[in-house]
This record gives sequence, structure tokens and C-alpha cells, in this order.
Amino acid sequence: MAQTGHLTRVPAAADEPWLNPVTRLRIIILVAIIGTWELVAASGWLLRDVVPSILTIGRALTELLGHPDLKVTLAGHALWIPAFYWHLYVTISEVVVALVIGGTTGLAIGLLLGANPFLAKAFERFLYYLGPTPKIVFFPVMIMWFGVGPESKIAMGTMSCFFPIVLSAAAGMRQIESVLIRVGRSFRLNTWQMVTKIYLPAMREPIVNGVRLGMGVAMIGTLLAETKLSNKGIGFMVIDAYNTFDMPRMYAVLLTLFVIAIGANTLVGRASRG
Amino acid sequence: MSAGATIRREAVPVVFGVACLLALVALIEVLIRAGLINPFIVPKPSDIVMSFERIIMEENILPRFFLTCGEALMASLMLSVAGISIGVLLHKSRIVRLATETWIAAVASAPLVLMYPLFLVIFGRSAWTIIMIAFVAALPPVILKTLEGLSSTRPVLIDVGRSFKLTPSQLYWKILFPSALPTIFVGVRLGMIFALINIVGVEFLINFGGLGQLVNELAERYDLPGTYAAICFVILVSVLFFIGTERIERWLRPGT
Repeated sequence: MAQTGHLTRVPAAADEPWLNPVTRLRIIILVAIIGTWELVAASGWLLRDVVPSILTIGRALTELLGHPDLKVTLAGHALWIPAFYWHLYVTISEVVVALVIGGTTGLAIGLLLGANPFLAKAFERFLYYLGPTPKIVFFPVMIMWFGVGPESKIAMGTMSCFFPIVLSAAAGMRQIESVLIRVGRSFRLNTWQMVTKIYLPAMREPIVNGVRLGMGVAMIGTLLAETKLSNKGIGFMVIDAYNTFDMPRMYAVLLTLFVIAIGANTLVGRASRG
Repeated sequence: MSAGATIRREAVPVVFGVACLLALVALIEVLIRAGLINPFIVPKPSDIVMSFERIIMEENILPRFFLTCGEALMASLMLSVAGISIGVLLHKSRIVRLATETWIAAVASAPLVLMYPLFLVIFGRSAWTIIMIAFVAALPPVILKTLEGLSSTRPVLIDVGRSFKLTPSQLYWKILFPSALPTIFVGVRLGMIFALINIVGVEFLINFGGLGQLVNELAERYDLPGTYAAICFVILVSVLFFIGTERIERWLRPGT
């Protein structure tokens, strides 16, 4: 009987991916992390509020995502929704606008620099060196230029995402195989056709990669700006939880944010391969 | 003659770029003087240049600079030690690597620096908050690049080591590590750049410490030329840091 059980279990283990050793190890690691966390939470070695029990964080998470505490008017109807979604909407729209502005200017300038070696030699060095500087120090200037509202956060996001996108577009343009360009020329394509039919399709991977990097830094730029001076957005929620010392809520906001960021990054990453 | 011509051909675009930049600055100066740009939003470039001396003399810029450098150095040290060791451990244990590498890559794409309020609660408003957030936010690339470097060692090198009957630890120190070193340094450099960005950023955000705080303080005092000058100084420092680490990287990778 035991033998039969053994025989049936082995093929099952080989067939079903969730039982393979890697998955098993992952489960063990997760259980170990959660166990250690709970142990620290229960022991009181650290301040209890710094490491709250997972249950407390779970409760904060359900309240964050499920407890309707904000009244919005949608098409004339008054609705109660969890405030989180409204803050998320604010942040996402800021990041999207930043990506659109920074992405299109970055792409246009990147294509120009990639196509023109003289301009590239003259200006790309500035972009290359400005790229890795901490953009957040520009925030006081952005506040003066664009005010304390969402505009200054969009400006921060735009500034952050412009650099990776312009640099990958320029580099991507230079690595296009010259035979593709010659084919385009021999078909007597005009500049617009060259851009849309030859350059952009051939550069899909570097461009998507630039957008992926740009999205990451645009998110960081926007969120950090929100924590510094704002009254809405996810960054504001994090700093608000800090100011009211509501640690479970802060964990809940950060967890949700990280899941969204990682998910968005994976989606854009798939687009470069797909 | 031809060498001179090449140098001239190389120099023309560079000079053109710098000239354009200077022309832009001059144009801004003219527009402000003509009243077309509000001087209470954009100060005159000449005022910014003049206030450099003031912020160096009056705002303790050198101690601030060394404080930021010290924090960056500490974070970089921690990053190198922890990142490379974790990378080596993951390389040694294939199954742990399979289980965790995608997780590390995923974590690398999350905006980790946003955890700074959490670190404020744990470490207080101190230099450690800044160092730790830089360390955590910059750790994933160091681990991933170490792994990449170690696993891309050419098999023929490992075979040579085996044929000399090297012990596993000799194989590591004589073959794998030296061959992976350039890639590992790419990771460490990335980590250092991330660390510096996060350090200055968090200094600015929590108004504590070195150069980041200087920008914040001057902005809160509404000292516009000073703020712009401090921002220029921060950019200067990070560009120098970037060029310096780039030189080391080239030195480690001759021929590329």
C-alpha cells in the first residue's frame, strides 16, 4: 500500500511544477521569512510598531484596499471608495504624463543624436553625464517653476525619465544594421517613412528597454517629490502614514506600491521580447 | 598633418557643444536682464556664479561634501562586501540561485528608496538612515552583476584550472574571481552611483546631513542664486564621481 502511494507520488512530483525543488525551496524561504518576522514581532526585540505582526499588516492592507473612506462624484453619482485608489490614480496619471512628455522628447532628441554624429559628439556627453545625477535636488526649482501641485511632480518624473530614454534611443539608432538603412534608401523612403518603417521597428528593443528604465525612475522621481511636498498621491500616503506613525498602514501602502511597480516593469519588459 | 586634422575634427563638435551651452547661459542672462524671464524664478547666471563663493565660505560646503562622501563610501563598502558575497553564495548554490534570482531582479525594479520613512523610524534621523537606504536600494544590481560575471567565466579557463588540479578554493580565487572582476566592478559602480543618488536624495528629503540638505536649506531660505549654485555643485560632484568610477572601470577592462 505504501509502495503504491510512493509510486503514484513520484510521477506527480515530476509532472506538477509546483512541487519541483526550486518551488519547494521558494516556499521554504517564504515560510522562513514570515516565521522570522512573526517571531521578531512577537518577541518585542525591536519596537513593536516597527515590525508589526503580519496579521496586523494584513488587516491594514484590507482596510487600505477595501474600506471606502472617500466620497467621490462620478457622472453625477456620489460614490464611496477607498482613498487609496484615488491617490493611486493621481500618482499613475502623473507618471504617465511624465512618461509621455519625457518619452517623446527623449525619443525625438535621441533619434536626432543617433542620426547625426556631429550633434552626438557635441551634446551627448552632457546628457550622459547628467543622467546619473540625483534629480530630486531640482525639486525646489521645479516648485518655483510649476507650483506645488501635480505639475511639479510631473516635471520631476519627466526630468528623471528623459535621460535613460534619450540615451537608449541614441545608442539604439547607432546599432541599427546599415543594410536596413540602405534598403530604405534604395526604396527612396522620405525621412518620415525612414523613421516609421525602418528606424523605429529596428530599435524596438533598446527603446522599450529605455522606456522600462525611464518608467522606473519616473516613478521614483514622482513619488519622492510627493513625499516632500504634496497632499495627494501614493508618496503622500507613505509620508502621511509616517507622520501619524501608522506603521502597518505604511507597510500596506509600500507593499501594494512595490507589487504595482514590479508588475508594470514585468509587463513592459515582456513587450521588448514579445 | 593627418593626426592634427583628426584632432581638429574631433575637437570641433566638442567646442561647438560647449559654445552652445555658454550661448544658452548668456541668452538666459540677457532675457532676465530684459525682463522677459522673472528673476524671482530664475536668478541671473552671473548671480549664481557670484554666489558660489558665498556658499563655499558661509555654508560649510567642504564638511558637507566630506559628510556626503563619507556616507557614500560607507554605503559602497557595505554594498561591495554584502553584494559580492551574496552573489558568490548564489553562484555556488545553483538551486538557491534558481529560486531567488528572479526575485532579486524584481526587487531591483521596485522603488525601494520610498521606504525611507520606514528607515527613519528604525534608525532615527541620523546618517545611518541615509547609509542604510542607499545600501538597500543599490544592493540588487551588485548581486546580479556578480552572478553574471561569475557565470560568464569562459569554460576553457575553468578547464585549464581543473587540468592543473586546482582545489575549489584555488579555482575560485585564481580563475573565477579574476575573470569575473570587470563585470563585478560594473555592478559595484552601478551600486555606487545608485547609492550616491539615493544619499543626496534622502539628505534632501529628510533635511539632514550633507549636500542634499544644503539644497533644501537654501531653498527654504528662498536664497535662489544659492539654491541654483548648490544644485550646480551637487551635479559637479556626481559628474566627477561618475567620471572617476568610469575611469576605474576602463582600467579594469583594458581593450574594450
